[in-house]
Amino acid sequence: MTERTVIEAVRATIQAEMRRDSSVIVLGEDVGIRGGVFLATDGLIDEFGEDRVIDTPLAESSICGIALGAAVNGMRPIAEIQFADFVWPAINQLVGEASKVRYGTNGVKTAPMTVRVPYGGGVRGGLYHSQSIEVLFAHTPGLSVVAPATPFDAKGLLATAIRTNDPVIFLEHKRTYRLVKGDVPDADYTIPIGKAEIKRPGTDLTIIAYGLMLHYALQAADMAAANGISVEVLDLRTLRPLDEDAIVESVSRTGKALIVQEDTLSVSISSEVAAIIGERCFFDLDGPITRLGPPEIPPMPFSPIQEAAFMPSPDKILAAITKLAEI
Amino acid sequence: MAFNIELPHVGESVTEAVIGKWLKAPGDAIEKYDPLVEVITDKVSMDVPSPATGTLTKIHVEEGETVLMGSVIAEMSVADDADMPANATTSSFASRIGTLVQGANVGPTGGEFVDTSLSIFEPEVMESVPGSGGTRTSMESEPSSRQKGFSPVVTRLAAQHDIDLRCLVGTGLGGRITKQDVQAVVDSGVAGNVEIAASQSNPSSGDIVVEPTPIRRMIANHMVKSMSEIPHAWSAIEVDVSGMVEWRAANRVRFESEHGVRLTFLPITLWVVTSALRTNPQINSSWLDGKIVLKKSINVGVAVAAGEGLVVPVVHGAQDATIVELAGMLNGIVQRARSGAMTIDDVRGGTFTLNNTGALGSVWGGAIINHPQAAILTTEAIVKRPVVISSNGEDEIVVRSMMNICLSFDHRIIDGAEASKFLQMVKSGLESIDLQTVLK
Amino acid sequence: MSATANQPSNSNSQLSGERLLELYQTMVLSRHLDERVWLLNRQGKAAIAASAQGHEAAQLACIEATDPSKDHYLIYYRQFAAMMALGTEPEEMLRGFLAKTDDPMSGARQFPLHGAHPRVDLFNFSNVIATQLPQAAGVALADKLKGSDAVTVVFFGDGASSQGDTHEAMNFAGIHKLPVIFFCENNRYAISVPLEKQMGVESVASRAVGYGFPGVQVDGTDVGAVYEVTNVAIERARAGDGPTLIEASVERLLPHTTDDDHTRYRSSEDIVQMLNRDPIRILAELLKRRGQLTDSGDEEIHALAKKRVNLATDTVDAEPYPSVESMFDHVIDSSGGHS
Repeated sequence: MTERTVIEAVRATIQAEMRRDSSVIVLGEDVGIRGGVFLATDGLIDEFGEDRVIDTPLAESSICGIALGAAVNGMRPIAEIQFADFVWPAINQLVGEASKVRYGTNGVKTAPMTVRVPYGGGVRGGLYHSQSIEVLFAHTPGLSVVAPATPFDAKGLLATAIRTNDPVIFLEHKRTYRLVKGDVPDADYTIPIGKAEIKRPGTDLTIIAYGLMLHYALQAADMAAANGISVEVLDLRTLRPLDEDAIVESVSRTGKALIVQEDTLSVSISSEVAAIIGERCFFDLDGPITRLGPPEIPPMPFSPIQEAAFMPSPDKILAAITKLAEI
Repeated sequence: MAFNIELPHVGESVTEAVIGKWLKAPGDAIEKYDPLVEVITDKVSMDVPSPATGTLTKIHVEEGETVLMGSVIAEMSVADDADMPANATTSSFASRIGTLVQGANVGPTGGEFVDTSLSIFEPEVMESVPGSGGTRTSMESEPSSRQKGFSPVVTRLAAQHDIDLRCLVGTGLGGRITKQDVQAVVDSGVAGNVEIAASQSNPSSGDIVVEPTPIRRMIANHMVKSMSEIPHAWSAIEVDVSGMVEWRAANRVRFESEHGVRLTFLPITLWVVTSALRTNPQINSSWLDGKIVLKKSINVGVAVAAGEGLVVPVVHGAQDATIVELAGMLNGIVQRARSGAMTIDDVRGGTFTLNNTGALGSVWGGAIINHPQAAILTTEAIVKRPVVISSNGEDEIVVRSMMNICLSFDHRIIDGAEASKFLQMVKSGLESIDLQTVLK
Repeated sequence: MSATANQPSNSNSQLSGERLLELYQTMVLSRHLDERVWLLNRQGKAAIAASAQGHEAAQLACIEATDPSKDHYLIYYRQFAAMMALGTEPEEMLRGFLAKTDDPMSGARQFPLHGAHPRVDLFNFSNVIATQLPQAAGVALADKLKGSDAVTVVFFGDGASSQGDTHEAMNFAGIHKLPVIFFCENNRYAISVPLEKQMGVESVASRAVGYGFPGVQVDGTDVGAVYEVTNVAIERARAGDGPTLIEASVERLLPHTTDDDHTRYRSSEDIVQMLNRDPIRILAELLKRRGQLTDSGDEEIHALAKKRVNLATDTVDAEPYPSVESMFDHVIDSSGGHS
């Protein structure tokens, strides 16, 4: 057991998987000699060489296209997109191509690739180093989308993603990289894709969250407990496929749902979760499905007060909890 | 008659126009299709033609004004039998929607490919395409047992209009109460919206305010509904049950050992009442939607005092049961009522109610009819009284066991004569029982 | 009659006369099948088709220099003749065009010629233009890491050469000296956009110097010439010396696809002119000049091809469409398979 931050857990997992399977390779901008701008691949080029840790040109579309080609020809590439805000040129190779390799070849070809994407704000990142980009991928049949919030989950889910025989988009909230520390077993383990987890049991209402918001939700839940409100916090962990049964089980038990999200609310993960709850928990609801998210402006302003106003926070979550619990 | 002239819609994407020169003035005679005014849009300039023959009476817009298509720009008067165009606004709305052009195709990448691939196989293939295999809806294909709750709108309407949802029969899937079910009650006006003049609006100090239990609330609503809808009348009669008392005393032990069931007066009363109901169908009826429904089955509810209040389990099909069977059924339901184990079937479908108020010592009772039934009968306390009997022309005073029976009845359906006839029949039935009687 | 598998490439860059005749037969078969598909479209049975008429020589000659037992082929939608050259049966081709249940490439979930070949490593994931070029670089990267001497041939047109993906792929392949052959079939039209509006240079091949590897232009109607330049590129790649960009100049004898009408943007003189560069006629004349083919022999080849095409059409016409249920297959690996 080692206490690790999220980024340390990511790095250790990539290293372990590369040792375990020689077909695992890493490619992306600055992943080699620099060890990645977040040090996600620090030291790996020394251990595995530049054939397996490849510093690519600055070209996101081909980072993913090349990864796809290599995946189709026997490798297990882990492509890194340096910042989620730069993933857009690669959407075609991921959403347009990779998601349909198995389907479009009737199962003859498969693409066992992982794409790691640091996302999210609260880091004074402005409009181009703060974006949340999960929606397009979560909408796409043929892809899996994973967003762990803890070091323990990061290791288990990244191992699964790398070993999975289909494309996985692996989202890492960059604020959690050094902010969140936790125990990570040294031994090999995996966490299945598609399983949410109750991080905190409760009875009065359910908060559904992922990424950085999970931790803010837990803080808010602690504050609410002091006021006598028992809050259950469900960590989605996987955004596609969503763990519908877990969502339904929790909300039908507590009767109230608060979905907390950093991404813009319109047409988002929270919209999908709300629809599931509306469809399957109708007769168990004791209050309206509630969503908490940022204002509808491009995410997110650079100046500090505006950024703080944009981001959900434990206090804002607590206010929503209190209001929903009162109904 | 006067007729409005509207600015016509001239193009798909054009919504407004600038008024140009007026070509006619108020007072001018105009023929259908005469140009009236120039209009300018960013796509085209055109003249607006007159829609009918008549006289231009009024101009509403001036040269240079920007006007939305469809708005009235002028008025004219036409002869009453003039050739009128269809209403300009409605026809242009339909044309805004457009129609499908049969046979106009778009191929996979913009060409005019006409797909014949399915027509070859049409009948068998189209049948074999399973309805549920493709397009999906998010609704669960089988409604789950969890869909039996009250929906938010049903709950809201019930609260707003003080409706007891447990009294409603649901017409939704699986018996669910729908919004329409509640709305029907609201619309019929029989919701418990009775205003009770409060003698005190605020409890004064020392008063205890008790929150009624759901059962108590239900009973309360039910009573209000009955009293407010049914015009209650009341009739009573004295019954000499001395013979029945003797008979019971003589047969009780044997009966109980033979049949394993306690022998109270209740099965006998129930049996006698059931016979009387058989020949007095008006008493076993219900006023529904302005009609009198004579119930085929005789399902007698027997009032039982259970933990939280009065409950009325029902003996279904009493008309077909022997006394022994009635005794057994009564025993069962009374036990279940007292232990709180009743099912929904135990309390549904009653057509008449029997209430043994005498068990509590009452000698006269005016019960409230169990809505939507037509009558309720109480059996009062059996009391030894001095009674005058005529025998051989001589009056003498004897001591007899006397029991009053009281009938509350729905005076829309039952008059005093029928009520009395029924009561007489019950009385003679009960008085006919003596030591010689063998009851099965 | 089906196409015969070709021999492994050898350093003798001349095709034997016998082999040339076999290639001719394959081209004729491909041409007849190509025409039949177009007809099926007009009958409402084949929803969409892109013809390779005019491209046959370039495609067959290129593949002739490769080794289908180990090399990779990333094709695009116009590789009808290439598919035939790699041993695809006419029935298999027609199952794709008629979207029937046993379409080997994609189970008829995709346009024809898309999916993955059942016997050789040929695939085509989408009809988004030029996405296959970075993918080809990735395939070649994997071969390099594995120490394999397989070559990846990626086919594309003049229009695709404008995409950003093309630049990124060639750049990466040049940096790492990957075993890729970038084979551009330049027919001077990207649907209706002519070459001079597609690029500011005279030839696609001239760009290779910008990526650090050779670029070669070749007459795409000349089987021998295409075979020769491809051979050189193959040997270069197998030796680890890196990519080559081959630009084969061809004519697109028919409109872009069955949905297109090229009279809208090509003059009638232009359309007549390009018939002069019909590779089948050119090869027939060559073979006749060499005494390898007589007129009656030629007629027989055409007659056999027609017969073969008729048989295939009748067979596949009667076959069923894929079931509704099968559209749920292969979205992801539902068996939960893991490494």
